[in-house]
Amino acid sequence: MREIISELSKKLHSGEVSSVELTSEYIKAVEEANPKYNAIVHTTFEAALEHAEAADEMLKEGNADTLCGIPMVMKDNICTDGLLTTCCSNVLKGFKPYYDATVWEKLKEKGAVLLGKANMDEFAMGSTSESSCYGAPFNPRNTGHVTGGSSGGAAAAVTANMAAYALGSDTGGSVRQPAAYCGIVGLKPTYGSVSRYGLIAYGSSLDQIGPLTYSVKDAAIVFDAIKGFDRRDQTSKAFDYGNILDYLDRDIKGVKIGIAEEFFDGIDPDMKTQIFDAVKLFEKNGAEIVDIKLPALKSALPVYYIIACAEASSNLGRYDGIRYGHRTGSYDSIDDMIYKTRSEGFGAEVKRRIMLGTYVLSSGYYDAYYKKACVIREEIRREFDETYEKCDILIAPIAPTTAPVLNFKGLSSVEMYLSDICTVPINIAGIPSISVPCGIDKKGLPIGMQIMGKRFDDAKVLNMAYFYEQNSKDWAGNFEGGVRI
Amino acid sequence: MSYEVVCGIETHIELNTDTKIFCNCTTAFGGDPNTHCCPVCTGQPGSLPVLNKKVVEYAVRAGLAVNCKVNTISHMDRKNYVYPDLPKAYQISQYDEPLCENGYIILDSGKRIGITRIHIEEDAGKLIHEDGYTYIDYNRGGVPLIEIVSEPDISSPEEAKEYAEKLQLIMRYVGISDCKMQEGSMRCDVNVSLRKFGSNEFGTRTETKNINSLNFIQKAMYAEIERQTDILDAGGTITQDTMRYDDVTDTISPMREKENSDDYRYFPDPDIIRFEVPQAKIDEIKASLPELPFDKLKRYIDGLELPEMTAKHMYRYRKVCEFFEEALKLGAGVKNASNLITGTIYATLDTEEDKENFEIKVSPSQFAELVKLLDEKKINFKMAQTTLQEMLVSGNPASNYIKAEDMEGVSDDEITKFCQEAIDANPKAVEDIKSGKDKAINVMFGYIMKQTKGKADVKKAEAIIRDLISKM
Repeated sequence: MREIISELSKKLHSGEVSSVELTSEYIKAVEEANPKYNAIVHTTFEAALEHAEAADEMLKEGNADTLCGIPMVMKDNICTDGLLTTCCSNVLKGFKPYYDATVWEKLKEKGAVLLGKANMDEFAMGSTSESSCYGAPFNPRNTGHVTGGSSGGAAAAVTANMAAYALGSDTGGSVRQPAAYCGIVGLKPTYGSVSRYGLIAYGSSLDQIGPLTYSVKDAAIVFDAIKGFDRRDQTSKAFDYGNILDYLDRDIKGVKIGIAEEFFDGIDPDMKTQIFDAVKLFEKNGAEIVDIKLPALKSALPVYYIIACAEASSNLGRYDGIRYGHRTGSYDSIDDMIYKTRSEGFGAEVKRRIMLGTYVLSSGYYDAYYKKACVIREEIRREFDETYEKCDILIAPIAPTTAPVLNFKGLSSVEMYLSDICTVPINIAGIPSISVPCGIDKKGLPIGMQIMGKRFDDAKVLNMAYFYEQNSKDWAGNFEGGVRI
Repeated sequence: MSYEVVCGIETHIELNTDTKIFCNCTTAFGGDPNTHCCPVCTGQPGSLPVLNKKVVEYAVRAGLAVNCKVNTISHMDRKNYVYPDLPKAYQISQYDEPLCENGYIILDSGKRIGITRIHIEEDAGKLIHEDGYTYIDYNRGGVPLIEIVSEPDISSPEEAKEYAEKLQLIMRYVGISDCKMQEGSMRCDVNVSLRKFGSNEFGTRTETKNINSLNFIQKAMYAEIERQTDILDAGGTITQDTMRYDDVTDTISPMREKENSDDYRYFPDPDIIRFEVPQAKIDEIKASLPELPFDKLKRYIDGLELPEMTAKHMYRYRKVCEFFEEALKLGAGVKNASNLITGTIYATLDTEEDKENFEIKVSPSQFAELVKLLDEKKINFKMAQTTLQEMLVSGNPASNYIKAEDMEGVSDDEITKFCQEAIDANPKAVEDIKSGKDKAINVMFGYIMKQTKGKADVKKAEAIIRDLISKM
């Protein structure tokens, strides 16, 4: 099992390698591999070397953090002061925020090194990263397949060893699903545990920043670094997790694993087999299996699309060509300017969701759609709460299939939305969930398993995932290419 | 034909908190464009609002001052519309759960004007149109506002003006805003419709927006009533327009036609969680409210026995009242203190605004010291006035202008002596007085005052002069 962060950190702390040397290696790796995977859309090498120099100073002084000096990438929707942050949208091309997102502020303080901004679905809307204005990233496990989305570039960069870890954002599965498609680990923490300040909003009540890493321990290290209350985000919560890393090795004896049939409806049979094999491994080691009913899950997808699109339609109103980003070349009036700017700036998927969101919030439809969705959302949350009285964690697939092929035009929007069926309920409930590799399908593509816990039980979720990872085959395996230190 | 006027007023009031509603930027008026700004108040991608607790407190204060019920659970909504002065393309406001509801204000006539609701929201930026370009200044963006919505209980332009005036007074009193209409910290939208007397149905209403003076509320309403009357009398129908009042030409005209009713797509702001104002906090705020203006007026007239005119000249200005009451506490007498304030001090404060700001160089204790000398008849009113005028210019205490010997007054013998001198020096005046031209006595007063440096008691002097003349 490659625990990249721990391995690199040891080398940096022992002086075997300096952060500048390491960063240079990663820069080389990005230069070589990125044309192949299109994972990183803006490189920040100059800044990276500056960060590395600062990290080397911190390392020399001693007491540096585990993440000090380690190169990483961030999804292109997390704001970085003076560095491009475009949400992979034409409407924000050239946009350089003048402030840092809280997560980046925290990482910078610890000596993190930013190599660049990762490719993604435009404004994080999509399940394949194909809606990026810079073109889709390619899955390093098989470049004919998608990376998944919307944090596809982040997943590809980590998978191909172009970065030690990445930060993505997960609104309806956007960290977990690409992690599963690429065969790495993706954590969506409890809503409110990581500050959203500086994350360019898609669906505000669902968005959550989370790490994409090669191993569970790496995920725990990154989560530990970015979590915590932020006075700039009113939805963030002060929760004392204690030492998360100490939690990883805990015994899993007596842990009640809930299996809800609803999660397995219409799932690829091979995938189902692999996941149940994993469950058996837990059972063999003392976990108990509990059958769970989650009937409200069937409403999760429409509820998700109504709420996410409603919030998106409001969040994206500010992209009008007036203050930043793209402005159309010629126009007759201010209305015409805004109309043309948005027509040119937004891609089809974003426009579709803005229109859908505008529709469900309009008077006359609000009660029928948005309000009803909010009511059902509460029902889903309640159902999860009740479920966690019967079990400690839930296990489910991440997606109905492994990574689909690129440019597969056979899928309608609705069919594409259906691929989110296993991940969106978690965002609706605001609970933590992790995606861990648990097999390879016949095409050689990675299969992901989803482990979910109750709100603020992130440590337990990591504990279970860690146990599985340590006691199963190394599904992630070693990727040929990229930095090998 | 004659109609009944139905009018409701929406009043926006900027709260005078130090920082904006969702960030720590200053709310100070003015400043170079876009210097009081941050990622939050300019709606930068990724920024998030954090509700300022002070804003909620101030809004509760406003609500309690006009007899509202305060909701203990409340939330913020997004009001979505696109306009360049609104950087997020939505205004964070309150829709279905306003902070305060069901209040009222009582007019002088005893009529009660209902207040439907008071909610909190953010102000927009300012557009500046210059040389064919439009510039945007977001300094005002995110300044906290309350919107006070009245019931359509107002039936005349006079009532409308009185309502707004009273509202302004109350809000200034409770200290939540300076309510300067000319600076835009209080703005009124006036909704007017007409209906035939006796009818229960409302007519179509128009809205005249952003009126920035109390007088213009009245004038705009007159103009609008006249316009609607003409249309209705001619058999026409009123369209639901937004009107603009031009104070230079005193005319009213439609600003833009409302083609459709606006669909703001309100929904609860997901970035701000529902908030609670505990009953204990509401009680605490209620206990901290100052005496409200109309209670104060009543107390000044009934309790302090001030003449109504004097009381009305003072109660409107919170700082004047504070100054007055502080002086009373320090021992100044009611009558002399109020007379000196509304006479001598007001003479140096030309405008309403000057009185409102009440920036004078004399402290309440210096003032009380002077009033006490007057109360104890150590100096006369004339001398008190002169001294106060000096104090207002220099800021020095009364003792700098009144010497100890001045305060000793003038003995009866001395006055008699000066009176005799005055009579001797003015034989013509004496003749005039004898023949009934009483005013001529003033000539002698002038002489006596000059000799005694204003210290002589005029009444006493008059008695002595008349006595001496009668003996001639």
